[in-house]
This record gives sequence, structure tokens and C-alpha cells, in this order.
Amino acid sequence: MSAKQQLILAEIPRLRRFARGLARDPVLADDLVQDCLERALKRVHLWQSGTNMRAWLFTILRNLYLNQIRKQARRGMEMPYDEILDTAGAMGPSQEQSLAVRDMKQALAQLPTEQRETLLLVGLEGMSYKETAEIQGVPVGTVMSRLSRGREALRQLMETGKNGNKTKLRRVK
Amino acid sequence: MTHPKQITDCDLNAYVDGELDAEACAAVAEWLENHPEDQSKIAVYQAQNRAMHDLFDPVMAAPLPVEMAQIMATRPAHTGLPVWAQMVAAVVLLMMGAAGGWGLRAGGVISLETPAYVQRAVGAHLVYAAEVLHPVEVRADQQDHLVGWLSKRLGAPLKAPFLGALGYTLVGGRLLEEEAKPAAQFMYEDATGRRVTVYLRHGDGKDTAFKFYGGDQASAFYWVDGPFAYALTGDMSRSDLMDIAHLVYGEIDS
Repeated sequence: MSAKQQLILAEIPRLRRFARGLARDPVLADDLVQDCLERALKRVHLWQSGTNMRAWLFTILRNLYLNQIRKQARRGMEMPYDEILDTAGAMGPSQEQSLAVRDMKQALAQLPTEQRETLLLVGLEGMSYKETAEIQGVPVGTVMSRLSRGREALRQLMETGKNGNKTKLRRVK
Repeated sequence: MTHPKQITDCDLNAYVDGELDAEACAAVAEWLENHPEDQSKIAVYQAQNRAMHDLFDPVMAAPLPVEMAQIMATRPAHTGLPVWAQMVAAVVLLMMGAAGGWGLRAGGVISLETPAYVQRAVGAHLVYAAEVLHPVEVRADQQDHLVGWLSKRLGAPLKAPFLGALGYTLVGGRLLEEEAKPAAQFMYEDATGRRVTVYLRHGDGKDTAFKFYGGDQASAFYWVDGPFAYALTGDMSRSDLMDIAHLVYGEIDS
């Protein structure tokens, strides 16, 4: 294994986390990461040493994700945004997740993709505005407005959620 | 003296995300003292970040799917490792994933015997890094001459990596004779006088991953890249040393 390959390997946990935030279904998320790694390893010679490996990998991952949902939209497939409670997966058997966390899951699912993605990159993955702009291929101002709108939308969704309105929840009993 | 300017949503978000400089930060902090509704907005945004972490962080420690763990092992010949070593690497990755830890940050996938040259690199570091009057043979103000001389003696062009990004400047370098095989040592120091050395000698041509050697007085990261085998030695935390190792690798490769 070369040093470049090892640098890619070291990013796997963060790629899995970011993918889980984007795709939310655990299996789809890991499939995305697998595709991302395959692609990155094929193109590792294109990555310049000393540049931001994490941002490069995140860019590959989110492009794969966007391609996937565009394909699904064209085929008229239902977007997997209806919430199904996890009963298995990396978080273990369904414990009582705190109410705040469950609200967040549902609320994130209802955001437009670009707002959700921006919130994940900045709020979860700790990327700077500049890095996020490069990953998304947009100006920093666009990142900031997506972030601002996304946070406000989340805030409103989670407030109405608490009042028992507007939550789309399909329980698997 | 300073009139608090109108703080916008942009500023509030940037405040939450650490994107403001000290002056702008202070301006927002002052604003927040008098605007409780913005204070609670910021608290909500910070709570959102925490909730996302609560929700998604656990996957980082979860075991890898088998296919993912083996992804490096399926890369053929150009990795330079024989197939059996790649399979061992895959098994180690699986075990590391199951244990919930990522030892990769510590450097090294397989714990093979530390090559002798690494121990010599560490030894040379301990001897020369402590020197006050003559830590190096040729000082950095003659860098071109130094690099030219060492390249000639090692028989291949080499360079002194630039480590300014982490605050290290070149002190100079020297030639070391190891078993009649020449090796080069570059010495760097930071503003506090802390020193690291970069040791090079001819490698066997098979690129390797970063590996770690932890000694009592100093530790080293070592790897093979292209014609040379490298060892970066210093007396600091593993992760700090690894940051420098990455920088050395990146600088030499560029």
C-alpha cells in the first residue's frame, strides 16, 4: 500500500459519516463510500500531494450522490425521504434515541438536498466555507445562504415537530 | 467608541462556524449581549450541530463492511506489496475496524520488524539534534551546495523539503556513512528550538506506507517513496510527528 493509498484509507470513517448524513440509508451510504473509494484509487495519480485529500474525497462522494438522485428522479423513483425508523445498523439495536436526535433525522430528510449537504459539510464535518464552496463548485456567498436557510428551515421543522405537526413518519412495527 | 454595526444572519452563522476574525467575533459577542433573540438563534444552531454529531458520529467507529476493508487488498502489483502481505493488511483492517479504533493515525498497518536504518536514523538524531555549536555540517545558508553535495554522494537527486507550513526552518545537513552506504540528514528547527531530522538513504524501490517507531527519547515515521527510504525523527507526540511526516512526503513528492 502506498502512502497516498494510506491517506485515502485514513479518511474512510469520515466518508462513512458524511455519506450517512447524505443518503441516510446505511447500506446505500456504504455503497456510496465504496464507489467513492474505487474512483479515488483509480485517480489517485490526479491528486496532488500537499493538497486537501479530505476535500477531494468529499467532492467525489457528493458528486456520486447527486448523480444517483438525479438518475432516480429521471426514472420517477420515489426519493427515499420517507422516514423509516432504524431497527438495525451501526447504531445498534433500536435504543431510545433522544427525541431531539429523532427530530433532527426527520427534519434533515425534509430539507432540499443542497441545504442538507451544506449543513453536513459545515456543521458536521467541520469544513470551512471556502472548502465547502470548492467541494460544491459554488461561490462562498452561495454556501452561506444555503447554510443560513438550511438552519432556519431545520429550526422551524423541529419546532413544529415537537408540537406534533408535519412529521412524516412511517413506523415499521 | 465603536458603534456596533448591524449584525446580520451571515455574521451569526459565521460566528457559530468560527469563520470570523477576532475583531468581528468581538463585535458579534458585543451585539449578542443586547440581543437575546439572536443569542437563542445561535444556541439553536449549536444544538443542531451537536444533534448531527450524536446522530452520525457512531458510524465512524463501526466495523467496516468486508468489501470496504479489502479494498486495498484488491489493488494489484503496483502497491509493491506481495499479495500475501496485502491480504494480511486486509485482515488487520478488519480487526482494527471491529475493535472500533483507527490505529492508522498512529501510522503503519503491519507491525514488521523495524528496519535497521530507522534505528540508525533515530540514533543520529539523538546525537546531532542536541548539538549546540555544530548540529550540522553544512548550514542552510549554503542550501544549494548542501543539496548538490548530498545528491552526488547518494547518487540520485534529492531535495530538502520545505517545512515552513508547520513552522520548521532548515538548519542544515550532513552526510552519514552507514555500513559504507551514504545517508543524508537534514535538520530543522521551529521557533522554540525543537528539532526534527529527515534522514534519507537508498531504498529497495518498493513504496511503503507510513510506519511508526516509538523510542524512549525520540520517535520516527519511516517510509519508502521512489528511490529513497526516509525516516523523520523527533521528540513529540505521535500525531504531531505524523503531521510533519505528511508534509515531508508531500513536499518531496511535489
